[in-house]
Amino acid sequence: MIGAFDPVTAARAPATAAASEPPAAPAAAAAPSVRVRRPATPRRPTEDPPVVEWALIGLALAFLGAFILVPASVVVHEALKDGLALWKEAIVDPDAIAAIELTLLVAAISVPLNALFGIAAAWSITRFRYRGKGVLVSLIDLPFGVSPVISGMMAVLLFGAHGWLGPWLLDHGIKIVFAVPGIVLATVFVTFPFVARELIPFMEAQGVEEEEAAHVLGASGWQILAKVTLPNVKWSLLYAIILCNARAMGEFGAVSVVSGHIRGVTNTLPLHVEILYNEYAFRASFAVASLLFVLALVTLVAKKALEWRQRRAIREAARRGAPAGA
Amino acid sequence: MSISIRGLSKAFDGHPVLHDVSLEIPEGELVALLGPSGCGKTTLLRIVAGLEVADAGEVHHDGEDFSSRSARERNVGVVFQHYALFRHMTVAENVAFPLKVRRRPRAEIGPRVDELLSLVQLDGLRGRYPHQLSGGQRQRVALARALATRPRILLLDEPFGALDARVRQELRRWLRRLHDDLHVTSVFVTHDQEEAFEVSDRVVLMNAGRIEQVGTPAQVFEEPASPFVMRFLGAVNVFQGHLEGDRAYVNDLVFAAPGAGQARSAHVYVRPHELEIHRAAVKGSFAARVLRLVPLGAAVRVELSAPGFGNAVEVELDVRKSEALALSPGDAVHVSPRRVRVFPAHEAAAQDSLTASGL
Repeated sequence: MIGAFDPVTAARAPATAAASEPPAAPAAAAAPSVRVRRPATPRRPTEDPPVVEWALIGLALAFLGAFILVPASVVVHEALKDGLALWKEAIVDPDAIAAIELTLLVAAISVPLNALFGIAAAWSITRFRYRGKGVLVSLIDLPFGVSPVISGMMAVLLFGAHGWLGPWLLDHGIKIVFAVPGIVLATVFVTFPFVARELIPFMEAQGVEEEEAAHVLGASGWQILAKVTLPNVKWSLLYAIILCNARAMGEFGAVSVVSGHIRGVTNTLPLHVEILYNEYAFRASFAVASLLFVLALVTLVAKKALEWRQRRAIREAARRGAPAGA
Repeated sequence: MSISIRGLSKAFDGHPVLHDVSLEIPEGELVALLGPSGCGKTTLLRIVAGLEVADAGEVHHDGEDFSSRSARERNVGVVFQHYALFRHMTVAENVAFPLKVRRRPRAEIGPRVDELLSLVQLDGLRGRYPHQLSGGQRQRVALARALATRPRILLLDEPFGALDARVRQELRRWLRRLHDDLHVTSVFVTHDQEEAFEVSDRVVLMNAGRIEQVGTPAQVFEEPASPFVMRFLGAVNVFQGHLEGDRAYVNDLVFAAPGAGQARSAHVYVRPHELEIHRAAVKGSFAARVLRLVPLGAAVRVELSAPGFGNAVEVELDVRKSEALALSPGDAVHVSPRRVRVFPAHEAAAQDSLTASGL
């Protein structure tokens, strides 16, 4: 719709300008008035003809519709087609409540852990010079590159009954795999790049000058962190935490391997959806899935709002003439 | 507080930045570290501030070794090149920051902030955020913040670098006056000769990690200690010559060259305003042809060709003299140096390509 506005106005603009132009006006005066009436986004020489533009926009929209909008609306439709009462019944089922509680618990443990780790990693990578920094950055990315199932397998191989640490853990009565600690561990592993990945480029762009200034002015390391670094990265951090949280609550693969699928005990929301579905309890399955869908929507809106804020912060930083590394 | 720098060396990743630098700065002086970019002047400043650790050497403040003290223990005021104001704090909060982190009583912080803001003439802007200020205002906030804990040393890194020309002029004078009032020992880094000369008591010229010369602005300009200083402080003509005893010869011109030592060849440096143009040959002159006249306001730059004298020669005449001579391109004239400096040519190969303005 927005695109349609553009060519039409562009075509009409010169004509309007010519018509309104007083006959006595010199050519030089007319030229700027034509320019002023052009649409806000001028046609650049690199821009493609409208046909190509529309074809591409149409293609992208069709793709979005087919692969995201239709499935999403199917979830909502299936969840609600038999009425709100039945939807609510599926949600308040004790197993569903347990799954919700477990999901919240896992997120409540793993997100703060990853926020702490992410801040520490970003601080160390952007504020110090040392060997092997590149390796560290690659290691942080590892969970993004490894299939979540493998991440779960690693936990089982390490902590499972037949794993490396399994016998020792058994002797001491510590249960990790097929219990809540294992789910937390797998989730932490899968979601740990989010905060560090977001903060590193942001802190790099901000430079160290403000922290150096704080140091020279007499602030201790903790004071610098609390009064200078964290306030400067707060929006970036919040953005990363939201993404991290969404992934922590929605994680399936890794958690599926270590959870053991014990109903009401080690089932998180995504696992619960799968179990219900496999038992042909479609309505209940979709009802629970719709909760995850709501989570996605909330995440999306929060993300958008933060992006907007952050862009403004970056624009301000740019206007301030933030140094790259002087 | 006096600063004494002894034998400082520093390398980054095996790339040397400072070689055995020693410098004495007496109490209350305003010193400029002047040099081209990459000469190590900012690194030197950062070592004095405690933001960088030297590989070798010591920094003493008032005779006391500060080398191993952290920046926060040194109580040195630093104004950063891009000011480094805390962007999420107001002007008043920025200025109060050093007092707050040092846990000064609240009753002391308020009046001190008021005092500093009126010192830098920003009373009315205390509630603004840094991004709402102009460059010159930010600069003054940075200065007020640096002075908040009454440091006895003030370090400024390219303090005027990011400002436009007119604001820069004003701030230079203002900084000089402020220094005369406060008498805090100050060191500032600049690559701008004019700035260094206008603001400082003494100039420290640096090149490739070494100090080339230390002196008052008049001293370093009139008696440059090295070819680098000669070339860095304004345009200069360079003639190739050879040495015999304490005389230097350039073609058939002879110049006194006391203390030239064992060197065989020499470079003779002449500033454009220390050359005279004559219509007729005089003693000690050489022939040249006028190529171009460039009006510079109060002066005129005459570009000449003179075979045997590096081909391109630049002369700066004041307008009246140039009118009296009525020069025009193509004229054959004679040029005589009023004053020259002779330096033995150690790196002959490296400097051969130097021309009048070839810096």
